[in-house]
Amino acid sequence: MSAILAIYQREMLILRKRFFRQLASIAISPLLYIVAFGFGMGRNLKVGGHSYMEFLIPGLVAMSSMTQAFAMSSEINIARFYWHVFEEFQAAPIGNLSYVSGEVLAGITRALFSVAVILLIAAASGVVLSYNFYFWLAVSLNAFVFSSLAVTLAMLVKSHSDQALLSNFFITPMAFLGGTFFPVNSMPPWVRYILHFLPLTHACKAIRAAAFAQPPLYSSYVLLAVLGAILFVLAFNCVNRARD
Amino acid sequence: MMIRLENLRKLYGKVEALRGVSLQVGEGELFSYLGPNGSGKTTTIRILTGLAAASSGDAWLHGFHIDKESVQAKRQCGVVTQNINLDNELSVGENLHLHGKLFQMPRKERLGRIEELLEYVEIADRLNSAVKSLSGGMKRRVMIARALMHSPKILFLDEPTAGLDPAIRRRIWSLVKSIQKNGTTIFLTTHYIEEAEFLADRVAFLDKGIIVALDTPQNLMEAIGAWALDKVGDGDMQTVYFRNREDANDHITANGGSFSLRRVNLEDVFISLTGKKVRQQ
Repeated sequence: MSAILAIYQREMLILRKRFFRQLASIAISPLLYIVAFGFGMGRNLKVGGHSYMEFLIPGLVAMSSMTQAFAMSSEINIARFYWHVFEEFQAAPIGNLSYVSGEVLAGITRALFSVAVILLIAAASGVVLSYNFYFWLAVSLNAFVFSSLAVTLAMLVKSHSDQALLSNFFITPMAFLGGTFFPVNSMPPWVRYILHFLPLTHACKAIRAAAFAQPPLYSSYVLLAVLGAILFVLAFNCVNRARD
Repeated sequence: MMIRLENLRKLYGKVEALRGVSLQVGEGELFSYLGPNGSGKTTTIRILTGLAAASSGDAWLHGFHIDKESVQAKRQCGVVTQNINLDNELSVGENLHLHGKLFQMPRKERLGRIEELLEYVEIADRLNSAVKSLSGGMKRRVMIARALMHSPKILFLDEPTAGLDPAIRRRIWSLVKSIQKNGTTIFLTTHYIEEAEFLADRVAFLDKGIIVALDTPQNLMEAIGAWALDKVGDGDMQTVYFRNREDANDHITANGGSFSLRRVNLEDVFISLTGKKVRQQ
């Protein structure tokens, strides 16, 4: 437990040192999307009986929790390839499980922090949604999935540029196609079929349903939990591959 | 035995970085691993400290196998890597605290040890300074303090004075000597000849992944002679070794020319074994 806390505390100390920089980088994208899509394009738009802003906020919550949780991969790679701090963890008498747990927890915390920032922006914009237990559960599961994916990929890549490539090919397309900005159901059937393989699509659906106080979409919760668990085990098995 | 290696090999693709290294280091010994860049010094330390996996062979630290009992083996050792691997954005104290936590040290013990070690490495006033504000020499001392946090039985020092100016290097040497006096076994890699001569109880010369000689510095040097006579020729230098000074002087008288007479050092031993210098120009 002490080892998990040490890994987690290290990430939190770094986050604290960069608090205002981090806050600005977390807030800027959702703020731009809210201004451009919410106030600009979607002012008179209705989606499923809700204003576009009400539709957009849960999507931004899903997207931001995904990107912030996945950003752990960059943090790990900077520690690994640039600062060499990863060597300190490798030389310590800690198990791979402790290392992965600490980093995944840190990713989830970052994601929750980013969600809190978005909800504050939403509140300031006059958007009222339901932030119930299922809302936070869906956010946490989404963060768990992408945090575990981040640790897995961070252990497998051989350089920092490989990491950027993975973000460009997986995370950015998912951010735009996973139901953040538009309802997936309005897409042609074959596109809808493909998009249902994206974890973010399920996270968006679950978070949005919870935010609209609709009955929870249990299948999405199960899918995210199972995928998160698989990626967590994968991350655990990949730690040794980061050795020379 | 505190450190035991048996036929340790490491392959990077088709390149054989270590080609069957076997050695033993006793308790309280300061063992130096000397060789040019790329000879396999860092690879050995990385394998022993869990940063790299051996391709074959075995190694034990204080009786614990480095792979089969990796957690217990890692508890026995502290490591100062060649790269500065401190968290630059965190303070000196935060770096040491996190290390103590990784080694499951209780908070009270951590606090006492940090105070004690920063006094020991003479940077007690920098406890709350960000690492990025420290000089290279200070960072090295923080790394040594961090490696000693959990009172390891074995300390691995991988080129601990690389890139430091001579005055700072000598301060680090004094520190290393005093750590050994406290009973810690030290495994030191270096390509500074004078560092190995000054510090080491025994020296292993490594060349192209294999140990070419292993003994005390004194025995290694005595094996080739006590005096080295450098003769500067047309663009090259030839060195002849002698058992005593009189023989060297006789050689100068008999041959004439421009000579330089000096004591034999470990560099001479390495050149006589491999035909090249430890520190490549």
